[in-house]
Amino acid sequence: MSETTIGTPSLADPAARRALMAGVTPEPGAAKQDPILKVDKIERRFGGITAVDVEHLEVQRGIITALIGPNGAGKTTFFNLITGFDKPSSAGSGAHWEFDGRALNKTSASSVAKAGMVRTFQLTKSLNRMTVLDNMMLGAQDQSGENLLKSVFKPLWSGQEKAVEEKAKELLARFKLLEKKDDYAGSLSGGQRKLLEMARALMSDPKMIMLDEPMAGVNPALTQSLLGHIQSLRDEGMTVLFVEHDMHVVRHISDWVVVMAEGRVVAEGPADTVMSNQAVIDAYLGAHHDTDLGDDQVLTDRALEQIEAEVRADEAAHKAAAHDGDHAKHDQQGDKS
Amino acid sequence: MDTILEILSAVIREAISPGTAAVAIAVIGLNLHFGYTGLLNFGQSGFMLLGAYGFAISLVHDIPLPLAVLIGLGLAFVFALVLGIPTLQLRGDYLAIVTISAAEIIRFVGRLSTLKDLTGGAQGIQGRTYQPAFVDLSFFGDGAWTLAPFNYTDVAGGAGWVRALGGLVFVVCVVATVIVGRRLKRAADPTRTAPRTGLDGTLGKVLAAVLVLVGLYALFFAMPVTYGRSGVNGWWVRAVAWTLVALSTLVVYLLVRSPWGRLLRGVREDEDAMRSLGRNVFAVKMQSLVIGGLFGALGGMVYVLASTVQPDALGRQITFFSYTALLLGGAATILGPVLGTVLFFSARILIRESARAWVPDSIMSTQQTEQFSFVVVGVALVLLVIFRPQGILGNKRELRFNV
Repeated sequence: MSETTIGTPSLADPAARRALMAGVTPEPGAAKQDPILKVDKIERRFGGITAVDVEHLEVQRGIITALIGPNGAGKTTFFNLITGFDKPSSAGSGAHWEFDGRALNKTSASSVAKAGMVRTFQLTKSLNRMTVLDNMMLGAQDQSGENLLKSVFKPLWSGQEKAVEEKAKELLARFKLLEKKDDYAGSLSGGQRKLLEMARALMSDPKMIMLDEPMAGVNPALTQSLLGHIQSLRDEGMTVLFVEHDMHVVRHISDWVVVMAEGRVVAEGPADTVMSNQAVIDAYLGAHHDTDLGDDQVLTDRALEQIEAEVRADEAAHKAAAHDGDHAKHDQQGDKS
Repeated sequence: MDTILEILSAVIREAISPGTAAVAIAVIGLNLHFGYTGLLNFGQSGFMLLGAYGFAISLVHDIPLPLAVLIGLGLAFVFALVLGIPTLQLRGDYLAIVTISAAEIIRFVGRLSTLKDLTGGAQGIQGRTYQPAFVDLSFFGDGAWTLAPFNYTDVAGGAGWVRALGGLVFVVCVVATVIVGRRLKRAADPTRTAPRTGLDGTLGKVLAAVLVLVGLYALFFAMPVTYGRSGVNGWWVRAVAWTLVALSTLVVYLLVRSPWGRLLRGVREDEDAMRSLGRNVFAVKMQSLVIGGLFGALGGMVYVLASTVQPDALGRQITFFSYTALLLGGAATILGPVLGTVLFFSARILIRESARAWVPDSIMSTQQTEQFSFVVVGVALVLLVIFRPQGILGNKRELRFNV
């Protein structure tokens, strides 16, 4: 299952992971030692709204990276873009991303999955009118029985089919779904479907697994077990990137956190420090969240002028950023305000 | 009593007619589209018509039979590609719109008077111009033949009670098959851990097969059917037609039990999920559209073997009959299409003939009984979808989850 090159076993050790990421500057778009995914200049506009505008992002191999941000930050859209389910508006004008050294600019969603980057969905996509086992077996790649000409002749694929079934059962046992294997996936609970989707993604032995809000709609007890599963994936050498908007879920398990707000990457860093980053607090709570506007003292002319000046500076920075496309500068401006 | 026997005889003749077999093959293809892949193909009649035209026109122009069949299939192949390339990338509804229009286009092009030399226009192509090539292949010999060869007339001088006994055995076999089938389904249901009925899979299946065979024999014992051995509308064309039905069923069975069949069902359930698992959804849908379309073309060829190539005979109506038959038998089942088609066409004749026999002409003329039979069939379809949406052979468990 392991595809990682650098010290797979050692990354199961928290200290090793901390050491690995210690050299990385906690700033947006920081370069990583051994990035498995590199993203450049991805922009997605829906009419006048820029949903995603990521200048540069690298994801380190072999660790858990969390992509967090408030609602509407563009996390899922970003996910769709890099997994081929959506096309960036900046396609053809500098948009470039590569996975494991392979450019994915022009690849379809299915090729992205074949390259080893498998995703799950925020709204679980279990194949309802198929059994749990069939769901799992669809996850396995390169099945010769899926070739139309070979499919009619059972001896050509029955051997591989048995192996796939064994693997599916092992994974189901690990995710505690084995006794459900003959049930229709549609009869599972929401949390079990999340587990099934994750297990199904693992059937393809991915290098990197991308989980879109794996905890959404899952009860707290199951959340713990899901988190455990995600950590064990990492310990086996897989790279995990997951989207979550609940920061507290992220805190325990992620080795690196990327924060998005309004479509941009506003901060990066280890989980414990990034939460106190001013840009992150601004993104979640608003820039003036700690200014009590009901306090009479604030309502002096001086204070109001100061706020207005800040707003003007902010707008000017926005304009400047829009002009020369230097979003990093804007983000730093955002840091200061 | 004689009226009843005449009606039943007409029903049985319809049930084994080449036309029924032809539609059954087309429904088998439609089952691959709609039942397994979830493709809403409302133009199966277009595939049938293309197959029929390609086949008949080739034969009229003295092209050898095997080549004529290939030409018919080739036309359907191209038709599937032309329909599929633009629409399979889009949502399912678009395929429905495009296929129904394309089938109508084919029909109207066939009717064009400018193409009269080729397609015969609205009159169509006369059967005698192309059927000899097929009929001459018959090795069944001449004269008439009766199914079943040993029937009630050979016992006790053809007494009425022997016939009634045969009918009774048939009814008993049908009831017994239904009971065995239900038990088998219950035994195969893993969610039902409680009373296992003691009927294990293989034994039950053998029992069901024996019951079906005995029942069929009892039916033809009591209601023997006589046709010419060869000829345009004899046993030869029926034997070929039903053999093709059996072969098509076998091919679909082999396809859908394989991992490829699993792909089809996966695409039916969720295309995005399949993409996220690295599957080329477009290719899968295209393969399904082409294969189902080829079955449609084959059905079209069989359809015209015992009749004429008439564009209006293979119009929208046949498409909707096919859907009715498919839903009746049970979508996404192996034998459902065949069972559904046979029952659908038999039931229609039963209604029509009964109305003709017992409803006075002052209330319903002969022509109106034909229309009445369609009305009843339509009402039956509505009731079916409400009370047994999974069809006769379908699995109700599947319907608990709406996708």
